[in-house]
Amino acid sequence: MTETAEEISQLEANKEFKELLTFFLAGEEYGVDILRVQEIKGWDSVTNIPNTPEYIRGVINIRGSIVPIIDMRLRFNLEKKDYDATTVVIVLNVVNEGKEDRTMGVVVDAVSDVYNVPIDDVKASPDFGTAVDTEFVTGLATIEEKMIIVLDIDHMLNAAELAVIDQISE
Amino acid sequence: MSIDLEQFHETFFEESFEGLDIMESGLLELEQGDVDLENINTIFRSAHSIKGGSGTFGFTAVSEFTHDMETLLDQMRNGERQVNESVVETLLGSVDVLRNMLNAIRDGSEIDTESVAQMTGAIKGILGEENTDAKTDDDQNTVVSKKGWLVHFTPYIDIMKTGNDTVRLLRELNSLAENAEVIIDNDALPPLSELDPEECLQSWRIHLIGGEISENDIREVFAWVDDECDLKIESLVEEESEAAPEILDNKLQKTETESRKAERRSTKPAESSSIRVNISKVDELINMVGELVITQSMLSRFGEAEEFNSATIERLKDGLAQLEGHTRELQESVMRIRMMPISFAFQRFPRLVHDLCTVFDKKIELVMTGESTELDKTVLEKIGDPLVHLVRNSLDHGIESPQKRIEAGKSETGVIELSAFHQGGNIVIQIKDDGAGLNKDKIINKAKENGLLSNEERLSDDQIYDLIFRPGFSTADVVSDVSGRGVGMDVVRRNIRELGGAVEVKSTPGEGSVFTIRLPLTLAILDGQLVGIGDETYILPVISIIESLQVKQENINEVAGNAEVYRLRDEYIPIVRLYQIFGIEPVSTQLENGLLVVVEAEGKKIAIYVDDLLGQQQVVIKSLETNFKKIEGLSGATILGDGTVALIIDIAGLIELYQKDMVNVVPIKGGGIAA
Repeated sequence: MTETAEEISQLEANKEFKELLTFFLAGEEYGVDILRVQEIKGWDSVTNIPNTPEYIRGVINIRGSIVPIIDMRLRFNLEKKDYDATTVVIVLNVVNEGKEDRTMGVVVDAVSDVYNVPIDDVKASPDFGTAVDTEFVTGLATIEEKMIIVLDIDHMLNAAELAVIDQISE
Repeated sequence: MSIDLEQFHETFFEESFEGLDIMESGLLELEQGDVDLENINTIFRSAHSIKGGSGTFGFTAVSEFTHDMETLLDQMRNGERQVNESVVETLLGSVDVLRNMLNAIRDGSEIDTESVAQMTGAIKGILGEENTDAKTDDDQNTVVSKKGWLVHFTPYIDIMKTGNDTVRLLRELNSLAENAEVIIDNDALPPLSELDPEECLQSWRIHLIGGEISENDIREVFAWVDDECDLKIESLVEEESEAAPEILDNKLQKTETESRKAERRSTKPAESSSIRVNISKVDELINMVGELVITQSMLSRFGEAEEFNSATIERLKDGLAQLEGHTRELQESVMRIRMMPISFAFQRFPRLVHDLCTVFDKKIELVMTGESTELDKTVLEKIGDPLVHLVRNSLDHGIESPQKRIEAGKSETGVIELSAFHQGGNIVIQIKDDGAGLNKDKIINKAKENGLLSNEERLSDDQIYDLIFRPGFSTADVVSDVSGRGVGMDVVRRNIRELGGAVEVKSTPGEGSVFTIRLPLTLAILDGQLVGIGDETYILPVISIIESLQVKQENINEVAGNAEVYRLRDEYIPIVRLYQIFGIEPVSTQLENGLLVVVEAEGKKIAIYVDDLLGQQQVVIKSLETNFKKIEGLSGATILGDGTVALIIDIAGLIELYQKDMVNVVPIKGGGIAA
């Protein structure tokens, strides 16, 4: 059962690829679907929103719409870090089933790269039990011997909102 | 080649409801004795379109019901039936039934067959009695030709542009007869390259053979296109043996493509929420955009300029001034798209007043002015209910019974005036009656009874009248069907406040009362007071602000060691430290160092402690919900001149938040009591 080069390239072509934008957060590399990225901008001051969890930094004005900004370190309970020259806000398009798409920004340590990853190569993340919260992780991908954590931004950013509601209704 | 008709349902309903409104207002005019043939024709046409439309979409119940109405209207139109009150009443009732039916179909719920049957009975009852005139007329056209008919159908060139479909007509004819043969006359058709699919150049000859068809049946098929075609109907006596007739279905397919194109163009896609905009408003917008582009290209030349001198700077300033003007105009034009005439809210009142006059046995004339005053669509949709309540109220409590009016030396017929106009950047709606006016003593007694007023309080007349807007207040001695449903004037005030408006009442005993509603031109823009708290800027709606003041230490009192109140003249107003509620680091926590802004919402007053007042400006309201969620105590956000976001405070929400906060805070301090 030997496959000719042609057949192999055919197989390659049939593979479904996904382009990921990756970014750094506390030394780890995370990836999001690049089609969801609207823009990347430097950190600028935000307007605080009262009575919201700390990870919701506030809102900014992006061409006339009010966009909430979420600090990913705080969201994942990672150690706080002062914003510096590499700190960026990735503005994402969040799909919420049955509702209109929303625009939200996430603060990350730095953007890294764009990779083309075959969808099949994204492996489900191992079950860490309760030790690690893998709720927002779609899977793990290996690129150039590095591990990239692929995030489910829809789940994460819609859940971020839910958390706020829970807190207020308490 | 079937067309998905569902996509046109929304348009059908929209048009049908409009038709019903037209019928209703026409009928009301009839009732006032104004028997105008043109008016009856208008009513008839509306009924006819609804019937035709519902037939096309297969809403048989509706088309059958409308058919009976139409028969009655047709008799009226032809002068065969006297227009009297009972007929008009029945037709008004039918309009209601029809509206309910259409609503039921649209919402996919059950049609109330009982009321439909009842109404059909009523109409049939009228049709059945003394209907001799009509019968003779009908008879002429009900001759049934056993042999068949030859129909010459020559539509005018524009027939498709009015949304008619010749194929549908032919198909309908086909269903009448056992055997139909169609001959098409294609001679006028240009070559394909010059063909305009929206033009109808063919004519048809249709042989209808077999089936018991009367001339009336055939005329009915063409009733929709009556004035858009030449129609000749001949009774077949001998066999026609002209050109070989082709089978209808063949022809159908040939013409269908063209008709579909025409149909597609004439119907707009269904949308859940749509707005009809006058084309002139859109043109205006396009003009403005054009101007803007010109200004932009003018300004961009300065970007390329090698150097600046005083002349170019002067021109740059001119350009910027122009840009500012155009931007403002563009903004206004865009806002105007959302504006609709207030007649949409007013049109229900003639009917309402008519019905209520019967219920209360009063004679009332309704005068409406300024119906073309335009209002934001959202405001318009929400102002309807408060207006109905106020008009009902004027009718029920304001206008006296005819006897009382005569005793008071007034005309037997009371007048309610409904007017709308612009005043200083606001829309004002007034409901004025010439009734007895508000009874001060009664209001005071009632207020004392309900604990809204203590015995010692002395109030000005206006303050007394204002009591009727307090929650838990109703002056009607008997709870009537109309006014006493537990929905009081307080709800009216609250609804209007939610729209950013205000309502007040003025009254003169014996002469009547005037309710004045003030509404902002649009919900999208708000007059804002910018306030500073720590590093943050918040916006308070100017409409809620009563006054701003510097704190006098001696006027601050503490209640239960925790809540602070401020004595302002005779009132004690709770002090809300905004920085506490919103968790902000303030410039100073000492009340004397800042300012108090006294605001009111829903009849509750609070004094908000802020660090500084920063000035007033109009702000464009942006929703926080679009990308985020509703935050308690905030009604939205806006973008300030420097591009940063400022949050707009929702006063009513803030008061709630404050009250909740008090509940949470007090038990901690007084924990010992709870245990």
